[in-house]
Amino acid sequence: MANDPKTKAAAQFIDALPHSRALDMRLEAIGDGAAEISMPWDERFVGDAETGVIHGGAVSALMDTCGGAAVMSHPLSTIGTATIDLRIDYMRAATPGQRIRARAEVYHVTRSVAFVRAQALDDDPDNPVAAATGAFTFAMVKKEPK
Amino acid sequence: MSRSAPEPVQVIKSRRDGALLRVVDSIAYAQFLGVKVDRRGDELTAVLPYSENLIGNPVLPALHGGAIAAFLEITAVVELTWATLWQDLEAGKLDPETMASPKMPKTIDFTVDYLRSGLPRDAYARARLNRSGRRYASVHVEAWQDNRSRLFAQATGHFLMQPQSGSDS
Repeated sequence: MANDPKTKAAAQFIDALPHSRALDMRLEAIGDGAAEISMPWDERFVGDAETGVIHGGAVSALMDTCGGAAVMSHPLSTIGTATIDLRIDYMRAATPGQRIRARAEVYHVTRSVAFVRAQALDDDPDNPVAAATGAFTFAMVKKEPK
Repeated sequence: MSRSAPEPVQVIKSRRDGALLRVVDSIAYAQFLGVKVDRRGDELTAVLPYSENLIGNPVLPALHGGAIAAFLEITAVVELTWATLWQDLEAGKLDPETMASPKMPKTIDFTVDYLRSGLPRDAYARARLNRSGRRYASVHVEAWQDNRSRLFAQATGHFLMQPQSGSDS
């Protein structure tokens, strides 16, 4: 995990989010416009009693948190962001009982928008559970005049 | 030839409310978030009562985008499942006490527009089925807090319908 003060602040901020805490999210890695956050399988997060599969909404929450974390850790970010839009493609049901890990990366920033890609994986690293793309608000640090 | 007397209103209401409850209760995550669903006839309004656990930005404070997305997705899934049950329910073919747990549609994709930050208070949502085929469905969801016309989020999602057990198609 990166050790610069901004990344540390972002990590602390994410650990303190009530909703992320309620979902037992764990920050695995953060820095340089990328983040990894995981969430346990929990029967309270199930969306379909018949199958025991985690609700898409819980995966959305994980992807959204991870995307926001990636944005906050971007080298040109002044702290703080909000989601503008988030699209999630659900490729398959997450296997019940397995931890879900989301990885997000900022692939482009403008002065006011950060564009993010994310993936969610369970124990099978070759078959993602879900993919997401999102736009987040972004406040770029003022560039030093040359 | 005489028409059979209409069912007493309480019988109809308890059958509809019972079936709706079966749908909502089968989504553990809806309980986890505290989502309730109000019904007027066949029209559903999902309610997300405010709780501190839903906060994503403690500084503003604002609701977590993930909680909002989940609330909208639950609203869409409940509406879709409700719509598939409605006909059998009204024909008296479904008894909430004995009915099999409803088959949930599977989300293919879900896109949320965050229009303004979610305030720390109750939120409401309604879903509209823009297209509902035998296999695929497209659903739009609108969510608001204080003013029905001032949406704070909206979403569009596509779903894969599951054949209900007992149905022949």
